[in-house]
Amino acid sequence: MTKQVQQLDRVIIRFAGDSGDGMQLAGDRFTQETASFGNDLSTLPNFPAEIRAPAGTLPGVSSFQLHFADHDILTPGDAPDVLVAMNPAALKANIDDVPRGADIIANTDEFTKRNLSKVGYEANPLEDGSLDAYQLHAIPLTSVTVKALEDFDITRKDAERAKNMFALGLLSWLYNRPVEGTLKYLDTRFKSRPEILAANKAAFQAGWNYGETTEAFSVQYEVKPAPLREGIYRNITGNTALSYGLVAASRRSGLPLFLGSYPITPASDILHELSKLKRFGVRTMQAEDEISGVGAALGASFGGGLGVTTTSGPGMCLKAETIGLAASVELPLIICDIQRAGPSTGMPTKTEQADLLMALYGRNGESPVAVVAPATPADCFDIALEAVRIAVKYRTPVIILSDGYLANGSEPWRIPSVDGLPKLRDEFKFASGNVAVDGAAGPPFLPFQRDPKTLARPWAVPGTPGLEHRIGGIEKADGAGTISYDPDNHDKMVRLRQAKIDGIAADIPPLAVDDPDGNARVLVLGWGSTYGSIGAAVRRVRIAGGSIAQAHLRHLSPFPANLGDVLRAYDKVLVPEINLGQLALLLRGRFLTDVVSYNRVRGLPFKAAELADVIQDVIANV
Amino acid sequence: MSDPEFPEPTHRFASLTLVPKADEKQSTRDFKSDQEVRWCPGCGDYAILAAFQSFLPELEIPRENLVIVSGIGCSSRLPYYVNSYGMHSIHGRAPAIASGLAASRPDLSVWVITGDGDALSIGGNHLIHALRRNVNIKILLFNNRIYGLTKGQYSPTSEQGKVTKSTPFGSLDTPFNPVSLAIGAEAGFVARTIDSDRKHLTSVLRAAADHKGTAFVEIYQNCPIYNDDAFLPLTDPAERDQRLIRLEHGEPVRFGPDGSQGLRFGRFGGLETVPVDGADPAALLVHNAEEPDPSYAFALSRLDGSGFAHTPIGVFRAVERPSYDELMSAQIDDARQKQGDGDLGDLLAGGDTWQVG
Repeated sequence: MTKQVQQLDRVIIRFAGDSGDGMQLAGDRFTQETASFGNDLSTLPNFPAEIRAPAGTLPGVSSFQLHFADHDILTPGDAPDVLVAMNPAALKANIDDVPRGADIIANTDEFTKRNLSKVGYEANPLEDGSLDAYQLHAIPLTSVTVKALEDFDITRKDAERAKNMFALGLLSWLYNRPVEGTLKYLDTRFKSRPEILAANKAAFQAGWNYGETTEAFSVQYEVKPAPLREGIYRNITGNTALSYGLVAASRRSGLPLFLGSYPITPASDILHELSKLKRFGVRTMQAEDEISGVGAALGASFGGGLGVTTTSGPGMCLKAETIGLAASVELPLIICDIQRAGPSTGMPTKTEQADLLMALYGRNGESPVAVVAPATPADCFDIALEAVRIAVKYRTPVIILSDGYLANGSEPWRIPSVDGLPKLRDEFKFASGNVAVDGAAGPPFLPFQRDPKTLARPWAVPGTPGLEHRIGGIEKADGAGTISYDPDNHDKMVRLRQAKIDGIAADIPPLAVDDPDGNARVLVLGWGSTYGSIGAAVRRVRIAGGSIAQAHLRHLSPFPANLGDVLRAYDKVLVPEINLGQLALLLRGRFLTDVVSYNRVRGLPFKAAELADVIQDVIANV
Repeated sequence: MSDPEFPEPTHRFASLTLVPKADEKQSTRDFKSDQEVRWCPGCGDYAILAAFQSFLPELEIPRENLVIVSGIGCSSRLPYYVNSYGMHSIHGRAPAIASGLAASRPDLSVWVITGDGDALSIGGNHLIHALRRNVNIKILLFNNRIYGLTKGQYSPTSEQGKVTKSTPFGSLDTPFNPVSLAIGAEAGFVARTIDSDRKHLTSVLRAAADHKGTAFVEIYQNCPIYNDDAFLPLTDPAERDQRLIRLEHGEPVRFGPDGSQGLRFGRFGGLETVPVDGADPAALLVHNAEEPDPSYAFALSRLDGSGFAHTPIGVFRAVERPSYDELMSAQIDDARQKQGDGDLGDLLAGGDTWQVG
């Protein structure tokens, strides 16, 4: 049966089900198929912290949203065009986001009286007409999957579990996705269980055939590949990109990578990824706690390695004292804070940007460090290299502020050539030996004598003869580095440490402003993971005829040198943040600019439509 | 005939296998820094520092390959006084910092200097995990049973009922026995010594250096200001021989007047003192520090309450197992052998890729 094929420029699909329904896997596979087809894409996994919340309940709903298009896109999308709801809880938890007219594919097998009442449905929404405004495809996904697999020698439970593959097959047909990648993936995943492998493949095929042959779907959609820049691409999540960036930085600096880390959501995947990469000489130590993780990393840095620790907000609190020590002894150290909703345990699997002030100021004393933030999942790769560049050149801790959205979200990444990556080996050198020649000892080694340009102190690594020295958290005499309680020396050292960090501003790119018509009176300024949402909102405003300038900070300590000029060039500066206005506070304090702060702290990225309205409001009131 | 190829000179001490040898003979002076030592007059730390500095030449390693990491407290000032690499870090965290350093630099000899508050209170977690992890570090715990630097509060090794500034009516908590704690934390090497007995202290340092992996040494150290004479029963010549049990591997355990007392296993696996005369010689204990079952060393550690009735000193336990850094390096070597040295280009281009243009 030949079906009508309709062209679309973009589609947003949300897979939603119980935590155990395999929705993250289905979403991930659909993403890979979509990536290999050549669409631009952006994803938003959204799952509970509980590994298996009680089945069929609202807290147990796990979802995966994918936005793909024939053009370049910036966000996982605001509202799904298609919702796959594997049970009543998934429908109930997501229906408010689904615009009328959208497709809903619901697994009728799970819409039992018991499951309906678990989430407070008095009547079955698939039957009571409440979904009349949508294109409802009510399909008994579980039972058709089980039926398709009745000839396989597997348990009923295993057959039921394959329903996510049936759904994936159906969606793959609906959007005409290439399936080789998924079949290859199944081959690897179930290599040791041939019967399960065959069943999953059959379920996937059955889903595809269901779309093709039944009358449930009259239209097949096509989204053409996006005209991306020439190159080889892969889809990548923020945490994977960050892991690879750290390995790349290790290779490009010649410094062996040491990761000290304690498991914490949503940062653990970096530990998982790096622990696989021992062939790169990567040492990973799963520490007894967050403090030990950063302490071990600092020990490795003292030993001339690239010391890295990874964590999220609660872990940042615990690491604060050691980060202060690193700032005081002036050694390179990379701290990756994959922010999540706080305070305290907060919402571990949900995103937030509320650790900015903690990163800048959350330590005792004047304890300046460099802070950078990636803008997109793929940018996590570049930001890791940039963080390491700053850390090794200036001998300073550098905090990377990623977040849960970037960590788990993904986008196509144009794979860079290794030769084009920054040559970090040229950014620093170890202090060399100071050995007595012909009986005459050289001048005494001064561990805090600074490079006049960078203000960095020597990185004198144990094992280097003649440079034996002691460092510590007690205040040090300028130059000699010996213990000093001299008041003027302390004042000087406090200022020198700050001046070193401030000086990095001359070594980072100026803030670029996107102001195409040059007429904008309003600038929207963001940082970190809001780049996509802000960018998408700016596009909407411009399409509607509005003039708006956009700039995005990747460096938060120090700020780019031209930031003050940029702020002063606009009548109004709008700063959207997923916190209560932390960057806004810094900008007001530093530049006396009365920025307009827009804040939503819902554990989710901004929606483009929401931000577009905010921007329009600010423009209207200038 | 050309000279046969000799292997690299071997080290006297097992923990130094991967550390270079010193080119020339060293003296105590080589390990003294130019910093003025600033402990209180009469502090036991002076004696420990002197014994440590005079022992260091025995390691026969270049001093640039020696790193001393400390936490916070009086004892933790020690790195400043030794002419080597050193880090005076933060309270309780020295084992963590030293673990990262030693795990990534097997060519260094890494020593941790800590105290009873530093190691057993604020840093207790790092201590026990360092011991079980077995990184190649040597931990010297100066135990004076008091907080000195903060001016005299009770510590986790102070006896119950201790009257201090923070416990004017006496402390309520039961103290740790550091040796028992270390044995319970899977330590491979556990020893105890006393600041004032330089010969014994030095012999224990030697034994610690000879242990590959984490070595734990408790050093009873007198604080003349806040807890003077805390260990007097063990140092007073009139009393000490009644109380001290000097452990020597492979030797019968003898103590008391003319070695008249011995040890034997009692009920529930504990040890009890017994007069040697008239005892069944086969039942009398011969010390075996290499006994794999830690229950034995634990039983030894329990002979001593807070009152020093019978206090064993020396090496309780010296049982080798592969060290963490060694295993970590082996995993890396193994991965490189099986998968080849990592290729960055291949890593970045791994997974599902597609070509545009």
